[in-house]
Amino acid sequence: MADGVDEPEEAAELGEKEKLEIAKWFLTNAPAGEIHYVAKDIRSILGDDKIYETAAAEAFPLYNKALLIVLELPDRSGDVIITTYGELDENNYFDPRTAQVATVDHVKQVCTNLRPASDEELPSPYIEEFRCALDAELCKYVGEAYPKGTCAVYCTRGKDVEGPGTDFEFAVVISAARHSPQNFCNGSWRSIWKLEFKDELQVVEIHGKLQVGAHYFEEGNVQLDANNECKDSTIMQSPEDCAVSITSMIHHHESEYMASLEASYLDLPDTTFKDLRRKLPVTRTLFPWHNTLQFSLTRDITKELGIGK
Amino acid sequence: MEAAMDLMRRISPNQSETALSALLSLLPHHSADLLSQVDQPLQVCMDTESMKEFILCEYNRDADSYRSPWSNKYHPPLEDGSLPSDELRKLEIEANEIFAVYREQYYEGGVSSVYMWEDDNQEFVACFLIKKDGSKTGHGRRGHLQEGSWDAIHVIEVGPVEEGNVHYCLTSTVMLSLTTEHKPLGTFNLSGSIRRQMSLDLSVEEGHLCNMGRMIEEMEGKLRNSLDQVYFGKTREMVCTLRPPPEGIQLRLPES
Repeated sequence: MADGVDEPEEAAELGEKEKLEIAKWFLTNAPAGEIHYVAKDIRSILGDDKIYETAAAEAFPLYNKALLIVLELPDRSGDVIITTYGELDENNYFDPRTAQVATVDHVKQVCTNLRPASDEELPSPYIEEFRCALDAELCKYVGEAYPKGTCAVYCTRGKDVEGPGTDFEFAVVISAARHSPQNFCNGSWRSIWKLEFKDELQVVEIHGKLQVGAHYFEEGNVQLDANNECKDSTIMQSPEDCAVSITSMIHHHESEYMASLEASYLDLPDTTFKDLRRKLPVTRTLFPWHNTLQFSLTRDITKELGIGK
Repeated sequence: MEAAMDLMRRISPNQSETALSALLSLLPHHSADLLSQVDQPLQVCMDTESMKEFILCEYNRDADSYRSPWSNKYHPPLEDGSLPSDELRKLEIEANEIFAVYREQYYEGGVSSVYMWEDDNQEFVACFLIKKDGSKTGHGRRGHLQEGSWDAIHVIEVGPVEEGNVHYCLTSTVMLSLTTEHKPLGTFNLSGSIRRQMSLDLSVEEGHLCNMGRMIEEMEGKLRNSLDQVYFGKTREMVCTLRPPPEGIQLRLPES
């Protein structure tokens, strides 16, 4: 296949693209709280800082958004969640509570700049009433339910709606993470609730996506990856009443989900795990390795059970 | 290599195959080390001669062919593929038969294979493998798992007989993944990979198979319990830390 002068250069370039894709894959698949460790590893394996930096520039934003990374605002007035719902452009994220826009360095995972949001970026007073009331209720809930949780409410459609008569949509984002690298354990909880305010029917439909991840890696590697979706609805009322009923629906569904996660864990040792491997044979004794008589019996059992069919 | 091994500990065990092939293409000079140190889910092949399945691994591979423990032949056929000595082959046959029964007792299904080979440093080395598909569509007897796999690799180095005793060194790796459904639209997946070692000096009175079998049984039990209680337990702890379970919440809505 050796053609000419172009061959080696072409092969090298393909190699670079492939390396880039691989580096990005590792970075975006890092567990919660571990992207920096993964970055260090992949950087040393690549041995090519240029490729690494390109991969990092492309992968970190994806990772940050997927994991709903929370960054502290430079003036300490609050936090900003890195999410598509608040994304103005790749490096600028809107925090609805403090009405500010933060510029973000994705790779360093810090805010580098802060400015107030412009009028065009903010929702109308009508929308803001709903948003703000919901945000206040939500903060109460999140503060109680999550030891270290952050939440935000974004208007995703209809932010300029001036009054009743038009539909609009919100996105509620809840992000909680726990990083304990010294205990070889990291985890993250992410909920995204989409709210559709349907004016004609005077109904709010909510649709939630809950995701939980955990990673334990002391002399081993074990990961939990769980998710769920749920739907509900309530009647549309005043901003304050909506806020209370929406929040209590969210609270109810999330608590139920927690309970069902617990139930899954409780089922594990005796029920679920059994489909993989029993704790003991049906005989409730250890396997009789020493018994050659048993063994010639087992030869028959083997035939009977048709092992290896 | 250290960086590669660290990466394998961080990427989800469900993606270990993708991760390993990515590493192999990034570090072609380290492929021997990577293949021997990184745990991979096991592949299975059908021995068309004896109509039984057997497990593929580095220990029964020669070039691109794999030796079946049932027919002792390579698939695809290989001229001069390495074979165990006649004596070792006899032990290997017996081991496969007994191990299949052991497997049936604990796993109620699945595939097992045992491979043995002579080694310069040891009397011989034996590898016991089990692959179980525990999903509802596989061999999951109770239908709890939407998806479930258990892969166990036990490699035992057997030393020479010294005054009636033999030194055994067992290195065991278990890889598992299980997925259950959450009504109505959720999934719950736990996956894990751990490796442990155990060394024992045992009398050769009851024979190698007995000694090796007992070590493996003990090790598997320990690993199963460890995975279940310690490892999965830690992930459960983490979830409860993120969001403490509801206990006497004031805002409880009536169950609909």
